[in-house]
Amino acid sequence: MKQGQRLVVAAALAAACAAALLALFALGGGTLVWSTLSDQERAAVTELLGDRVALLVMVALGLVAAAAAAAQPLYRLWFAAPAQLLEQAQVLLSTDVQRELSAAGAAAPLQGLARAFNELAQRRDRLRQDMAQQVALASRGIERERSRLAALMSELTQSVVVCNLDGRVLLYNNRARLQFKALSDAPALAGGAELIGLGRSIYTVFDRQLVAHALESIQQRLQRGAATPSAQFVTVTKSGQLLRAQMAPVRDSEAVDAPLGGFVLMLDNITRDYERDSAQDQLLQGLTEGSRASLGNLQAAVEVLDDPDLDATARERFLAVVRDEARAMARRIQDLSARSTQDVKTRWPLEDMLGADLVAAALRRIEAVCPVRTGTQEVDGALWLKVDSFALLQALSYLASRLVDEFEVRAVTLRLQPASGRAQLDLIWSGQAMSTETVMSWESEPMRFGAEASPLSVRDVMQRHGGEFWFERDRVRHQAFFRCLLPLADAAGDADPLNAAAVRHDSRPEYYDFDLFRASESQHALDDRPLAELSYTVFDTETTGLEPAAGDEIIQIGAARLVNGKLLRQEAFEQLVDPQRSLPEAGIAIHGIQPEMVRGQPTIDRVLPAFHAYARDTVLVAHNAAFDMRFLQLAEARSGVVFDHPVLDTLLLSAVVHPNQESHRLEAIAERFGVTVIGRHTALGDAIVTAEVFLKLIPLLAAMGIHTLGQAREAAQQTYYARLRY
Amino acid sequence: MTSCILIADDEPNILISLEYLMKREGYEVHVARDGQEALDVMQRVRPQLVLLDVMMPGKTGFEVCQALRGDEALKGTLVLMLTAKGRDTDVARGLGVGADAYMTKPFSTQELTRKVRELLAAPPRP
Repeated sequence: MKQGQRLVVAAALAAACAAALLALFALGGGTLVWSTLSDQERAAVTELLGDRVALLVMVALGLVAAAAAAAQPLYRLWFAAPAQLLEQAQVLLSTDVQRELSAAGAAAPLQGLARAFNELAQRRDRLRQDMAQQVALASRGIERERSRLAALMSELTQSVVVCNLDGRVLLYNNRARLQFKALSDAPALAGGAELIGLGRSIYTVFDRQLVAHALESIQQRLQRGAATPSAQFVTVTKSGQLLRAQMAPVRDSEAVDAPLGGFVLMLDNITRDYERDSAQDQLLQGLTEGSRASLGNLQAAVEVLDDPDLDATARERFLAVVRDEARAMARRIQDLSARSTQDVKTRWPLEDMLGADLVAAALRRIEAVCPVRTGTQEVDGALWLKVDSFALLQALSYLASRLVDEFEVRAVTLRLQPASGRAQLDLIWSGQAMSTETVMSWESEPMRFGAEASPLSVRDVMQRHGGEFWFERDRVRHQAFFRCLLPLADAAGDADPLNAAAVRHDSRPEYYDFDLFRASESQHALDDRPLAELSYTVFDTETTGLEPAAGDEIIQIGAARLVNGKLLRQEAFEQLVDPQRSLPEAGIAIHGIQPEMVRGQPTIDRVLPAFHAYARDTVLVAHNAAFDMRFLQLAEARSGVVFDHPVLDTLLLSAVVHPNQESHRLEAIAERFGVTVIGRHTALGDAIVTAEVFLKLIPLLAAMGIHTLGQAREAAQQTYYARLRY
Repeated sequence: MTSCILIADDEPNILISLEYLMKREGYEVHVARDGQEALDVMQRVRPQLVLLDVMMPGKTGFEVCQALRGDEALKGTLVLMLTAKGRDTDVARGLGVGADAYMTKPFSTQELTRKVRELLAAPPRP
């Protein structure tokens, strides 16, 4: 009812009430007077009024109307206006609208009340705005810190993994990812994504007891009041790699006695260092102990030879010992030095640097210190050097400036080429002849830059690199050059996946998820866990055909992980599978996988164990999951792994959410949800679309009261489609 | 009475010098080229002292020493261990398994003969 109508009704009611009251009052008064009258008087009054009753009623009605008219403003003033004010105030109280309460036309105290309400509401709004602003500021700050941290982590050359107390990974950097790839049993298949990933357990890599022991010793140190307690352990992984881990605690707050919330692991793969150190130890031991015996023999023989009583035959026998031992020692030394030349390591810390980067930096540096044109000749772009770049750049620019100052050289070029296990960096010039002695004397003089003298000479710099340096003439080209032999970085690329080229990565935001700090490991069945909290492996397979029972096989598996409601694209799994049978033409048109693409790929019995490890501790999600699961199950005997994970099907869940839609094909659902479809009909492409669709389904299911995994499975089973069986 | 000495070493180049030196000192000298042979010869000739190399094929010097200390007939034999292992842990092990003295290669022959003389002159092992 509208306000106006209500008022009219109220006014009418008020008038009726007033009329009824007046009538009652008149009746009461009349009856009272009537009772005091004598019979004659009553007859006289009846006679007097009898004919004028209509007039009396008219007067009474007029009186009533006047009373009603007088009552209405009063009613408005004392009932209607406060009621309106109350309603307005209630709106203000229960919603966020900003509006002024008005009590226009109300009595002065009521208007005062409205003003007070308005004032309170304004204060409330200001307070809200203030808070919102502060929250926004704080979350901006947190966001900034997070991305700073993520950026920092991704640039670190050390592997870092942060875990909560349950050992779940909250954060890791790209370096760690590459390191775990090297640890993987199936590096080519799962790429280490089965070992490291957000929400995954670190205990798949490290022994739980080992980590617990390290945590315990940290806690003990904390109790003793250590400021920065950390623990270290070395462990051998399944693949035989030696890992050194340094563990530092993460506390819930900065308070001294704050409980532990998790830990940071900094990992070094020390397999290579360890092997190198042991090799060096062996060399050293071989040298000392081997030589001791020989020297003992030599010394004894020589001392016997001093004996004047020794006859000629005996003397010859002892001389033979001496000769023999001397030869043996020479041979030993030669062997050792041949084995160790490649391994002579300078103690100076050298950094890995792309050769081409070094050359570019050197040219800039040379141009900056002397007036000379610069350029490059052959530069091998694939060479990675191990250098002290600062000192090396100093040496190169120093040499260039002496060439310019003393021999008026106007142009120098740099050349970088591989040379039997090392790199040769040449500083080349052409111009007047100079003596070898002159230029080589520069090698040992302290380097000077204007008035500044460096404590180092070029020779010192070369020694730091365990390298060599010389001067050479190229008479054919009328050129001369200085050549530096420099060490190469440890087998870049192939053997060591941790080279910097691989570390360069454009995106980095998916490596962390601090929300997992809050997730605590509840051990009760997954069925009771909310859908939004679970980790999922969303996957899809491409197959030779649609009948697994009739010999059709998987030819591709693609999968992505969903953790804490986030799609982790960087932790994807994608693998072609050799089905060891022909590919029907009909299928090729759909998935585009040609026979030559799968030939020589790993077979299903190798791929499934890797996929199984990848899907560990997660719920499997697929579109029309029954189909894919059937293929996995039929391969169980061959692969030796059983996929007994909980399974959710987006097709069924879509039918639960939208029972009246005709189509529950993946494209149709994706379109309904506005999910962009790219790379459809590659296993990974479909898996990602399925994952995005699944993410949209979760809140819709929640709106229907389906929150947990168990509820979702039950609802899915009840849909019509659940009756469809492959 | 001339003392009887056994030299056990697998390296002919040291054996020849040791044999010459000990003979020059006037001892009766026997040689063995590995650990087992050393024990066999000792059973036969019962030497007063054995110059025992640590690194021998078959039984090492440590093992020979332990074996003879456990043998009623041989346990009084004096043992001078010779080794190319120079670490103090090896010395400790040698003395631990019952060697009377320990010399690290290379050593001076004078030192060696003096040591042998001293050992033989000392009161016999209990």
